[in-house]
Amino acid sequence: MVDKHLSTQFDSELTSVSSQVMELGGLVESQIRRAIFALSQFSVEVANEVTANEARVNAMEIEIDRDLSSIIARRQPTARDLRLLIAISKTTANLERVGDEAEKIARMVRSIIQSGSPRSLPSLELRVAADLASGLLNKALDAFARLDVSAAVAILKEDDLIDAEFDGFVRKLITYMMEDPRMISPSLDLLFLAKAIERIGDHAKNIAEFIIYVVKGEDVRHTSMENIESVVK
Amino acid sequence: MLNTPSAPTKTKISTKDLNFYYGKFHALKNINLEIPENKVTAFIGPSGCGKSTLLRVFNRMFELYPEQRAEGQIMLDGENLLTSKEDVALLRAKVGMVFQKPTPFPMSIFDNIAFGVKLFESLNATEMEERVEWALRKSALWGEVKDKLQQSGSSLSGGQQQRLCIARGIAIKPEVLLLDEPCSALDPISTAKVEELIVELKSDYTVVIVTHNMQQAARCSDFTAYMYLGDLVEFGSTEQMFFKPTRKETEDYITGRFG
Repeated sequence: MVDKHLSTQFDSELTSVSSQVMELGGLVESQIRRAIFALSQFSVEVANEVTANEARVNAMEIEIDRDLSSIIARRQPTARDLRLLIAISKTTANLERVGDEAEKIARMVRSIIQSGSPRSLPSLELRVAADLASGLLNKALDAFARLDVSAAVAILKEDDLIDAEFDGFVRKLITYMMEDPRMISPSLDLLFLAKAIERIGDHAKNIAEFIIYVVKGEDVRHTSMENIESVVK
Repeated sequence: MLNTPSAPTKTKISTKDLNFYYGKFHALKNINLEIPENKVTAFIGPSGCGKSTLLRVFNRMFELYPEQRAEGQIMLDGENLLTSKEDVALLRAKVGMVFQKPTPFPMSIFDNIAFGVKLFESLNATEMEERVEWALRKSALWGEVKDKLQQSGSSLSGGQQQRLCIARGIAIKPEVLLLDEPCSALDPISTAKVEELIVELKSDYTVVIVTHNMQQAARCSDFTAYMYLGDLVEFGSTEQMFFKPTRKETEDYITGRFG
């Protein structure tokens, strides 16, 4: 935050909780990267590692919520401070969900490997979408750290690309399953996995919306892009 | 008549280009403000910003001091208070005031309330008893004092004394009630009772409160005015002022960034 409070203690509490969110964001990003790596290498070990780290994500969510409650109880924040804390709370919840998605990817990777024919599946194309999604989350966290509204708007637009990738992938999987019914079961795993990636993009988009909420004081969720652009103008 | 929440708010007091001077010191600068009827309006701002001065202009309290003068307009129900020929005592019956420190008169609880009423109305004994009870009930004090109405007002606790002063203020049935830091000398429980009372009073009166406690303004007012160095910086609904103020100065003050 640019301007300092009269209470330096309040400032350091806000800084501390903000950096915890960034730390959670970093952990979650690495969870996604590892899960995608597990998919590309068909590695059960890496998938297991992702699953094991999920507990850390959950613990951090609880810790951030506890600190937020304490700040609200003791400082009675208003205006921009209040909006920041609400946004941090919601961002934390979204990041924890991204962590869940990473864990889901790891689970699907294990299931695909166990099905015995992982390499014949079109998993390579998913990596494009996965890179887009984790890149988007990275940008969202970066924009949140800087409270950068124009970066937030760019993220909202970019999420549409991931959605388009997902739709294309689903069509491809359907042809795949029609050609060889034995691949239906592993293909469904892959479909869930693709859905998890698509959800990561949605969470990044939510975080971008919270940035606008903090800076502009307007809730732009469930509104049109024209509205959003007029708000941030 | 039903008072529907959607009904447009009427203005009770409006100021136009109001300036106020303590001798050479320019304490209020071109204040333009509309105070809505039957709502609670809070004035906030750092010490010396003019919020108490503004409150005191509303019932011409400043006229007690020759070196103080007000220029501009203060319209109360369409009449300019500053040029009005009306007796100032009648004005103060219409626009009552409660101060920071409880100021019970050195007389019984009953007489504290009856005293003001006698100046403006001639009630018989029964009517007066009814009026005193009404005022004490309205100010949430009746239950605590009903068995000791003849005891001295100063025998009450600070919180009770302040509610007694509010009872005294409303006993003469004013239209506007001005409260100048009514809770600054009270403990949290008495404060909570006075705040409850403020919210209740607005159905009958227009309430204007000056407070240093921003959370108090957030809790019990409908509208908030932020003042700084004699200027009215921002005026808006309390919700908007505390969630998304338009002016950076307001935001810095209410978030504690004021340096």
